Amino acid sequence: MNKLQERATDLLKGGTVKLIIGFEQGNNKIRPFFCEKPEDAEKLIYSDDCSTNNAVYLTKKELIGDNKIAIIATYKEIASIIQLNKENQIKKENLMVLTVDKDGDVTELTSFEEMEKFCEENTPAPDPVVAALIEKIDKMNREERWAYWKSELDKCIRCYACRAACPLCYCNRCISEVNCPQWLDPWKSTLSNIEWQINRVMHMSGRCTGCGACAKACPLDLPIGILTKKMSTDIKEMLGEGEGGNVLSTFNPNDKENFIH
Amino acid sequence: MEKYIIKTEQIDAWLKRIIESVPRVLAPVSSGTKTEFRRIKSPEEVNNKSLTTTVSAKAAAFPPVETLFKYQKDGKDTTLTEDSFDKYPETVLWHARSCDAMGFSPLSAIFDWDYKDNIYDERRNKLTIVTFACNQSDECCFCTSVGGGPGNVEGSDIQLTMLNATDTLVEVMTEKGQKLVALLPDIFQPLSEEVDKEAVLAKIPVQFTKEEIKEHVSNAFDSPVWKRQSARCLGCGACAFVCPTCACFDIQEDAHGNHGRRLRCWDACGFSLFTQHTSGYNPRPTQATRWRQRILHKFSYMPERLGVYGCTGCGRCSRACPVDMNLQEHLISIANSNHE
Amino acid sequence: MEESNNNFEPRIIAFVCNWCTYAGADLTGTSRIKYATNVEIVRFPCTGRIDFMLLLKAFAGGADGIIVSGCHPNDCHYTSGNFHARRRWIVFRNILNFLGIDVQRIRFSWVSAAEGAKWADIVNDTVKEIRELGPYTEYKKVANYLDEEADSHE
Repeated sequence: MNKLQERATDLLKGGTVKLIIGFEQGNNKIRPFFCEKPEDAEKLIYSDDCSTNNAVYLTKKELIGDNKIAIIATYKEIASIIQLNKENQIKKENLMVLTVDKDGDVTELTSFEEMEKFCEENTPAPDPVVAALIEKIDKMNREERWAYWKSELDKCIRCYACRAACPLCYCNRCISEVNCPQWLDPWKSTLSNIEWQINRVMHMSGRCTGCGACAKACPLDLPIGILTKKMSTDIKEMLGEGEGGNVLSTFNPNDKENFIH
Repeated sequence: MEKYIIKTEQIDAWLKRIIESVPRVLAPVSSGTKTEFRRIKSPEEVNNKSLTTTVSAKAAAFPPVETLFKYQKDGKDTTLTEDSFDKYPETVLWHARSCDAMGFSPLSAIFDWDYKDNIYDERRNKLTIVTFACNQSDECCFCTSVGGGPGNVEGSDIQLTMLNATDTLVEVMTEKGQKLVALLPDIFQPLSEEVDKEAVLAKIPVQFTKEEIKEHVSNAFDSPVWKRQSARCLGCGACAFVCPTCACFDIQEDAHGNHGRRLRCWDACGFSLFTQHTSGYNPRPTQATRWRQRILHKFSYMPERLGVYGCTGCGRCSRACPVDMNLQEHLISIANSNHE
Repeated sequence: MEESNNNFEPRIIAFVCNWCTYAGADLTGTSRIKYATNVEIVRFPCTGRIDFMLLLKAFAGGADGIIVSGCHPNDCHYTSGNFHARRRWIVFRNILNFLGIDVQRIRFSWVSAAEGAKWADIVNDTVKEIRELGPYTEYKKVANYLDEEADSHE
């Protein structure tokens, strides 16, 4: 057993936590794993190769209830936990955040200051594929951009995997489910597919941590991750570096724009 | 059934003739990293190497959204208009797989179970299915465990099997299939000697039987297995939307003041809203109960009520799942478990 | 939809706040200033209350152009509604542009209750501009998804 598995066994045996959310080897890919019994701890692995962001489970009451749980976290999970905490979605006293360094040593991040520090020190390099695609689209003229997105989003089957995989899409009732008024047509159509993505991005503005789980969840591999990514970058540019969090629930009287006359 | 041999290089000429003669031909077309059934205009568009498409072929008879009727209100009068059946084109589904063709039988069982669904039936009747037997498979495939197989001809009108680099076996099962052969009859040579089709097919080991699964799950309503298996399920609709047999739909209104239309569109039992009552009460309140419904519906309720299983072992749900909810793996664990 | 641009009459939907722009537009009328009749006004309590989805709905419903207008910064009846709105439009306009939706067709402005003449200018300018751009056919086409032969989408 490695150090992570030993620590997990101890935590579960001693009853410190009821559940550990971590990773296990799935069928040719790493997948989330819910470890409840000490004897299952040997299945736990540490990897930042999991396409899922496991922070998504922290807002699911049916899974965690009021129990004390531990999460084995990579940069993605920690960045999301910080944002979830800002939005009052985390009960810190019920959550233990564990990370594993390259030597396999397990560290508990006990405060949000430590988590912020972890994120500063471990920020992953930007994905060159994403950056290249954003650049390519930025260079297109408007008609080309419209044609590109129309053809990509036309394929969407509205399975809402992008919503389900996002740790910050935790609304009890999503705008896509509101039917009085019916903001979005609930069936697959090019327009409502586009409108759905606009809504997703608007509601994510400033909140998105850029983990890319939405794009990785898409069964059709649609380039939806670059929408939130582009938005995060542009918000910093348009509203200033200091702006973070839910930028749309606040304002600055000195916000600059060049299109309101 | 009639059997012919065709030179593999002549298949494209035949497909070209089919495209010229049939209003709509759907075939696997690749774009980016994915391959889907799309309407094709020329044989070159087809990805002949694709194992399966991400989304199943069911949309050919059961589209993601379709109009049931239109309405117009004029004072106190309301006029309803149904679309003419001419609107649904004669269609050839080209380069489907055995698991695609098999999927139409559970779909038909559902749509014609009590009320005969004219719209579905019309689309299905106008559909001719040409399958290509699989000579490859991946780790998600488990057709042989649910009664199918890489060369299963159930539901196909024609099945093609590449025997070697030059020859392809053509099995024509139905009159519809015969009509396609008749479009370019000269290239089909009658089979002179028996060929060993099995030898060229992909080898997919049998992991369990569907009857076994039925027996296990039918007694497992209160089993803890559902909660355990569904813990990581995110509750999206990917598995249901890519499935060849999932037929759950929603009825929606596209209303514009005094006129509009009633629509049928895909829905998924994995969504929490699927069973939510107006009162707020939800009879399937957790993902565990929704996952149980998915498995029981396919492996217990459908065989009991309709005499057909709701799974063709195509493995699409497993490939599409963002959290690797591998159906085959879950079914093996159900088959090997003991629920009193 | 197929009219040539010469006799094409743009349909403009204006989303305005009750306290400044709506009152300003009223003043345009009482001052007997003539202006283009292509605009249909929807009155809101505040620009902060204008959901971005309404703009998309206007396009989907057949608008060729949109005007969004409210109180000047620091003049909001509710102190900060227009500041919130301004942020929303900065972000929204950016995402629309990235998606290739024609942001030239959305005119944002501040018109106070005293600026009756400015309102007339804005409407006239917008109508002129949209007349040059022509009808927003590409968006309407996408909005009419169900009208098209359903099977052509595959």
